Amino acid sequence: MSNQPILEIKNLSAGVEGKQILKGVSLTLNPGEVHAVMGPNGSGKSTLAAVLAGRDGYEVAGEVIYNGKDLLDLDPEERAREGLFLAFQYPVEIPGVNSTVFLKAALNEVRKHKGQPELDAYEFLALMKDKMKLLELKDDLLKRSVNEGFSGGEKKRAEIFQMAVLEPKLAILDETDSGLDIDALKVVASGVNKLKRPDNAQLVITHYQRLLNYIIPDFVHVLFDGRIVRTGDKQLALDLEEKGYDWIVKGEPVAA
Amino acid sequence: MPTATETIEGLVKQEYKYGFYTDVETESAPPGLNEDIIRLISTKKKEPEWMTEWRLKAYRHWTTMTEPTWPKVHYPPVNFQDITYYSAPKQKGDGPKSLDEVDPKLLETYEKLGIPLRERERLAGVAVDAVFDSVSVGTTFKKQLAEKGVVFCSMSEAILEHPELVKKYIGMVVPYTDNFYASLNSAVFTDGSFCYIPKGVRCPMELSTYFRINAAKSGQFERTLIVAEEGASVSYLEGCTAPMRDENQLHAAVVELIALDHAQIKYSTVQNWYPGDEQGRGGIYNFVTKRGLCKGRNSKISWTQVETGSAITWKYPSCILQGDNSVGEFYSVAVTNNYQQADTGTKMVHIGKNTRSTIVSKGISAGHGQNSYRGLVKIQKSAANARNFSQCDSMLIGAKCGAHTFPYIEVKNTTASVEHEASTSKIGEDQIFYCNQRGLSTQDAVNMIVNGFCKEVFKELPMEFAVEAQKLLGVSLEGSVG
Repeated sequence: MSNQPILEIKNLSAGVEGKQILKGVSLTLNPGEVHAVMGPNGSGKSTLAAVLAGRDGYEVAGEVIYNGKDLLDLDPEERAREGLFLAFQYPVEIPGVNSTVFLKAALNEVRKHKGQPELDAYEFLALMKDKMKLLELKDDLLKRSVNEGFSGGEKKRAEIFQMAVLEPKLAILDETDSGLDIDALKVVASGVNKLKRPDNAQLVITHYQRLLNYIIPDFVHVLFDGRIVRTGDKQLALDLEEKGYDWIVKGEPVAA
Repeated sequence: MPTATETIEGLVKQEYKYGFYTDVETESAPPGLNEDIIRLISTKKKEPEWMTEWRLKAYRHWTTMTEPTWPKVHYPPVNFQDITYYSAPKQKGDGPKSLDEVDPKLLETYEKLGIPLRERERLAGVAVDAVFDSVSVGTTFKKQLAEKGVVFCSMSEAILEHPELVKKYIGMVVPYTDNFYASLNSAVFTDGSFCYIPKGVRCPMELSTYFRINAAKSGQFERTLIVAEEGASVSYLEGCTAPMRDENQLHAAVVELIALDHAQIKYSTVQNWYPGDEQGRGGIYNFVTKRGLCKGRNSKISWTQVETGSAITWKYPSCILQGDNSVGEFYSVAVTNNYQQADTGTKMVHIGKNTRSTIVSKGISAGHGQNSYRGLVKIQKSAANARNFSQCDSMLIGAKCGAHTFPYIEVKNTTASVEHEASTSKIGEDQIFYCNQRGLSTQDAVNMIVNGFCKEVFKELPMEFAVEAQKLLGVSLEGSVG
């Protein structure tokens, strides 16, 4: 069982209104692995995250096997209950909906799906305290409405906190580093590192290499024009930082 | 494949659960309106002469008036001669002396509506007056309330048993000349509730009236009067439903509240009259005048309304803040779906010194619904240091509905402070997807978002009603945490 990949993307393509964005992406994530997907603006990074999470509005072809199931066949909420978590690039504000109430409802959906009893308010609060300690977060964010009036950094921290509570099998972080100062970046990265386990996987989507100073990926993939054009280890990210995307696009040879 | 917006619209559509009709023998006046009909109503109710005269004066005044056309609602003209102004379940002899003698069919009707009237099943802590078409069919907990000196009975009974109180207060806040529908109501009102809380008494339980329109082609014209004497306080709830019919039916009620020194009245409404079908056929025309008078110093009147029903809603629960330091509040959630139209809001008239008012209005529009907030904040010259805060938020679901805001502000005293905030939002596909991605179904997501939007109003409702209101909006209870 443990040898089964968590995610297998096979020749995935996706478009909007006839315009192809992903043009045949293949990628396999095994338990315990952290993969980074890097690429310039418009390369299809966020589309990849959106399609995996089940966002409406894309024409999708190809195959995605998640935990042995056909991922593309599942509704977004079913994917979430199966342990797929997307940390949004731009988390949306939901005025009037308390963060704690929201997160409790989310966790209980996952638990119901697994056949576990739902947590009551006390059990949930205890769990939140533990997770806050783990991530060294303050609890004031959780007293507020979901993302409402949060700064960019607060929103990203709240996403990581939700991830900690929901304990996903597959976490997709969509440009979680964008708009963060270096301190916020460290907090977010250390959270992600603490949540890494031998039985889960993380897909870290980023434009810049700097997040990868703090989250060490096992594999780095370069997405360009809807295709993965290069795969390597963390050295690839460093080379990219130094030489820019042109270096790959122009197809110069690199030491493997 | 439906888009997310279509899915949301689908979820907001709910079947009307209270659309059944009770087959009871009724006694009705012939349709139409003239002085004879008014005398007939008055005679049926064995009213004293002064009451009959008051009705006739109102009728004569009404004949000189024209229907208001300023609200932002559209409907074909109402033919007032087509309406039946009196319809009551037939009674043997003098009518029931107690609930035990009430026609079991009527009791069953209220049970189906979730309002048990029978002794052993009564709602704990809530006294109910049940009004069926033109008459009250029963009032619970009367004896227990009487021990505290609280009078809670039907208006008809109050006119007979407490004529001095009715005579003193009826028309004090809404005179029979007030407006077209209030004058009509004054002429033909058939029942309603009367509450009198004596000096210094905190009413020991929630009082409530449940209005049910049953007969076809009949109008419902009830009149409610609540008086809280010095230092008294009361919380009053009102609920309404009607059967599903293709024709429109008229409901023109008047509610008057009077709070003397240090008295407090909290009036909550969950209005769920039949709203018409998806094509906009049928439904209740809800043309209602509700007004409270903070007559005494430090008095307080608070209106909370959740308006989900009616084809057309036209109502402005208002406060006249006459006593110094008096407080007026208005909390409202109004939902318009399909072809429903609502023009609703409040008037806060500041007369006394240091008077304060708060307005929180939440309008939700879906389908082809048109939702207007119309509110007046008036600071008279005498109202030194008056303060008002108004907040009007609109939420749109789908692309064919509309939200409108008409705030009127008149300030004649420079020491006053008036604040108005307004916002319009749309339930976004982004919000739904975010919730989906966290494992919540679209239904739960919409419920949560709408509930969050209305939270400030729901928290003003008494617990039992808050639950009902949330269910009405298809909203599961939030707040088990935090």
